[in-house]
Amino acid sequence: MDLSAINPVLLIASLMVAATPLLLAAIGELVVERAGVLNLGVEGMMIVGAIAGFAISVETTSPFLGVIAAALCGALLSLLFAFLTQFALANQVASGLALTLFGLGLSALMGQSYVGVRPPAMARLDIPVLSDLPVVGPILFSHDPILYFGLGLTAAVWAWLKYARGGLVLRAVGENHDAAHALGYNVVRVRVLAIMFGGACAGIGGAYISLIRVPQWTEGMTAGIGWIALALVVFASWKPWRALLGAYLFGGINVLQLNLQAAGVAIPVEYLAMSPYLITILVLVIMSADKSGAPASLGRAFHASH
Amino acid sequence: MTGTLLSISGLTKAYPGVVANDTVSFEIQEGEVHALLGENGAGKSTLVKMIYGLVKPDSGTMAWKGGAFAPSEPRVARATGVAMVFQHFSLFDALSVAENVALGMENPPPMRDLATRIRDVSENYGLPLDPDRTVGDLSAGERQRVEIIRCLLQDPKLLIMDEPTSVLTPQEVEILFKTLNKLKAEGTSILYISHKLEEIRTLCDHATILRLGKNVGTCIPAETTAREMAEMMVGDTLHTPTRTANEGGEVVLEVKNLSLSSSNPFGTRLKDISFEVQAGEILGLGGVAGNGQDELLAALSGEAKTESQAVVVKGKAVGHMGPNERRELGILAAPEERLGHAAAPDMSLTENALLTGAIRQKLIKNNFVNWSETISFAEKIISAFDVRTPGPASAARSLSGGNLQKFVIGREVLQDPEVLVVNQPTWGVDAAAAASIRQSLLDLAANGAALVVISQDLDELMEISDHFGALNEGRLSEIRPAVGLTVDEIGLMMGGAHDLEDAHV
Repeated sequence: MDLSAINPVLLIASLMVAATPLLLAAIGELVVERAGVLNLGVEGMMIVGAIAGFAISVETTSPFLGVIAAALCGALLSLLFAFLTQFALANQVASGLALTLFGLGLSALMGQSYVGVRPPAMARLDIPVLSDLPVVGPILFSHDPILYFGLGLTAAVWAWLKYARGGLVLRAVGENHDAAHALGYNVVRVRVLAIMFGGACAGIGGAYISLIRVPQWTEGMTAGIGWIALALVVFASWKPWRALLGAYLFGGINVLQLNLQAAGVAIPVEYLAMSPYLITILVLVIMSADKSGAPASLGRAFHASH
Repeated sequence: MTGTLLSISGLTKAYPGVVANDTVSFEIQEGEVHALLGENGAGKSTLVKMIYGLVKPDSGTMAWKGGAFAPSEPRVARATGVAMVFQHFSLFDALSVAENVALGMENPPPMRDLATRIRDVSENYGLPLDPDRTVGDLSAGERQRVEIIRCLLQDPKLLIMDEPTSVLTPQEVEILFKTLNKLKAEGTSILYISHKLEEIRTLCDHATILRLGKNVGTCIPAETTAREMAEMMVGDTLHTPTRTANEGGEVVLEVKNLSLSSSNPFGTRLKDISFEVQAGEILGLGGVAGNGQDELLAALSGEAKTESQAVVVKGKAVGHMGPNERRELGILAAPEERLGHAAAPDMSLTENALLTGAIRQKLIKNNFVNWSETISFAEKIISAFDVRTPGPASAARSLSGGNLQKFVIGREVLQDPEVLVVNQPTWGVDAAAAASIRQSLLDLAANGAALVVISQDLDELMEISDHFGALNEGRLSEIRPAVGLTVDEIGLMMGGAHDLEDAHV
């Protein structure tokens, strides 16, 4: 056992990378759920984003085009869910599960010829002086742009929900869709847009895994991150900053336990592997003990009857 | 009065199977309070939704100050000067007062200015309100103020109010009327929907009466008696329930120091409630919604268990028993919420009859349901209470509110209870059916049952109860004989006007 092999600076830098796909998917789902829609298809949209981003990056040799394609594909797939739940009034839980299964199958089909291929690397931020600073440099100033985008998105979603008129309308729709309709807001339009935003975020999150975190394509490579994002939204009490905290906590403990495994700590691997889930849930459950609850219309179908 | 503000001619709207409005025409003058009267299902709500742009008419036209007016959506109506206070509040519990107000405005100012304007308007009209509070924590009266202030901030020319007083104490009603009179003096027209006739007589200048979607007449309320208006609404003569005086019998239901915390996070805690009901007596319990009515019903029906000595029936402590054990002893209850509490919406009337009737009607033998007896029990309810439905196989959801209410009350009354507890027995039921439900409750008491009637309709309570008490924040007022109580006394028992003050007229 050699704990000194663990470098805290590298640990923090890599936990940020590990947390980013989770953060992106959770922020997207948070907006969807704030609008009163429960989309359990996050995992499916992520994996489709992962292969779409991977394939387009390889074909165009531009990782940025890949990320954009991942967002578009995620949003496109979520439109299927939007159609089923908002127009055909199908059950949201069943539709979301179907979307996940469909996404897993579709991505396996799309990815057949990409197994073993290396994607083009995304350039990292490299600011002279700043990036070379000890400790601060590797942690704050030498990541890929998508990681910063995730942080910026968290701040933007928080501010938009809190201060913008659009955010207020979105929360109103999620809180009481009948009242929002009576006041003249288009509930279905707000929800479809929210669902597409969630799909795009999940798509980018998936592409982050296949392009940056792992850089390769394997079937089912999102490995449940979409489900964890769903749980994270609930335990974060539908608050963006708490989702960020939860994502970093989860990513951090995940990276740490991998390091501990490598260092040969005398704890069975199974316990280490389950620790991120346990600790993240524990911390967020304690934090969500205040009275803020779920959006009141969450998961309920809306139909404008007379 | 300077001219016609809104004129409606030949407005028709049909839904599959029902014509909600059939060539309705009337006019609203500038600066008048115009009443729209009608039974439930007469088409009042559909009509105002057309004015507010939520529903498009099939035919007919509206004119605003002489110009064509056909709002395609609420924001067009709002821009023209129509504002509406909804019957079922269109508020968002988790949002603050200011956010709720902002959602109802076309171009809301920044939040800080809005909070100031809310304070100004609320003081000006005697409706105090803190813009930063969360709406979920407000009382029903305060919630209505949020709706009214949301409308007033838009300087409406026409304010539509859909049954605004059903949730208010008499004092709050008085203050609301002062506010409305102030608005009227400022030249705002008000379209006032209600079926409380005395209110309309004191407040309104003109009334239009709807029946089954048709305009069946107009009147000047101040010059018409309540009875005449009621008969125009119903289209029939009205039977007032009759009662026989009963001398006190033995005490059947005894509640002692009942305290209970609510299972609902926004609910009310019951605090140290004690009362007695004798055989043949009706105890009426008033109070503004949300002051412990649901919790009290749950404690009496057995949905919420208490200390066994807190509820005693005929000397037997039953506080620890569940609903079925209590039904066996003859303690029955009909809760307020028809769909989802008193009845299972997607189950048939037969199945619903089984759900509470199984024990006393012996509909289950050896764990098998005796369907033929269950069906005849359901049919008996349907015929005895004049429930309008194709038959006992119809789903509860398919009945109109009033008909389902008759069914759920009838189901309990026909089981010959020793103790019956009902919450809002005639809520949303038309006048004729309400009279027959009240009569059945009186008959039940005359046969020696002890009744607890919880209601927000004070006229109803005064009509049928022997004793009256009021719930206020989970506490029960002193119980007093109902005969001779004045409206002021009742208002004080209900907790007065909370923190309301008069409008600065």
